[in-house]
Amino acid sequence: MNNCCFIIILIMTSLLQISSASAESAKDNYRTYCMQCHGMAGQGMGLNIQDMSVQPRDHTDTKAMSTRTDSELFKVIKEGGLAISKSSLMPPWADTLTDNEIDDLVKHLRKLCQCDNQTK
Amino acid sequence: MNSLNMTTPLGKWLLLTLALFSLVTASPAHAGDLDLLNKHNCSSCHALTGPAPSTLAALWQRKGPDLFYAGNKYRQEWLETWLQNPKRIRPAGMFYMNHIKPGPKRNMVDTSSLSQHLQLNSSDAKSIAATLATLKENRSLIQNEKHDPKLSPGPLGEMMFDKIYGCMACHQIEPGFGGLSGPEVYTAGTRLKAEFMLSYIRSPQAWDTKVWMPNAHLPDNNIQKLVNYMINLSKKSYNE
Repeated sequence: MNNCCFIIILIMTSLLQISSASAESAKDNYRTYCMQCHGMAGQGMGLNIQDMSVQPRDHTDTKAMSTRTDSELFKVIKEGGLAISKSSLMPPWADTLTDNEIDDLVKHLRKLCQCDNQTK
Repeated sequence: MNSLNMTTPLGKWLLLTLALFSLVTASPAHAGDLDLLNKHNCSSCHALTGPAPSTLAALWQRKGPDLFYAGNKYRQEWLETWLQNPKRIRPAGMFYMNHIKPGPKRNMVDTSSLSQHLQLNSSDAKSIAATLATLKENRSLIQNEKHDPKLSPGPLGEMMFDKIYGCMACHQIEPGFGGLSGPEVYTAGTRLKAEFMLSYIRSPQAWDTKVWMPNAHLPDNNIQKLVNYMINLSKKSYNE
């Protein structure tokens, strides 16, 4: 292999490593950012809830989760509870998660609740 | 394509570019005498060089706070005191998911999984605090921060922290009250430099890309008020 090709491949590999660092699965993002309040089983029984004035949503509650559209779920994850007139205890994750990661999280929530609501 | 001769001007330029690129992407070096840190094996739990974890997998493995910007974060006198009498600051450890278990009403801290920080003698604590004070990566993040102690939140401080911004969801504002996945804040005023608190609240991700503290995009005045609220909390005495 000549030197020029070697250098180009080296730079491309480095760039790929940097760009791939931000892509995380919904399951891993849920574990890192959501479970602290929504709990290890997603039932709203997180580590932090003891002194909360409003309890976190039970993501396995099919009936309650069915009332939320996918776009509402996207909005509340990205912009926080106040964006859909809910509690400020649900913070905005726009600086933490990409839109694609939030889309994946919405799909993950639909698996947890075993429910659907595609209304836009 | 012909083979590129590295002795030509173009070849040298490419080599120089590659070298510079490697420097930018590699972990930056830092100044300071790290012998004592090595003696106490600090790097087994703390990152002494940056950058912060860029993946969740790396984040989950972190055992203690990153120290490569300790000089920009901690008050040196606090470090010296704390190292001689270390007390847990994060109720659920460095990454809470590694230290919790299911409970009857909520997930609970699994205290059996938590380990005590090494306790140092006064001489080593003083030397290490002085060395940590020289670790100043991320300087650009605080150099423009100006703390204004006059911007007091007054009696609204707790309301801002608890209700308006929901910070207490993850942080304790007194022993036994508040969330457990983040560090306690009632000691933050004595532990942390005000400029660091301002900068960190302004953008946690600028310091720690994958951290589980969100950016609430607070206006500057309210960041100042929250910092002054925490500084006031630190002036109280607590029975622990």
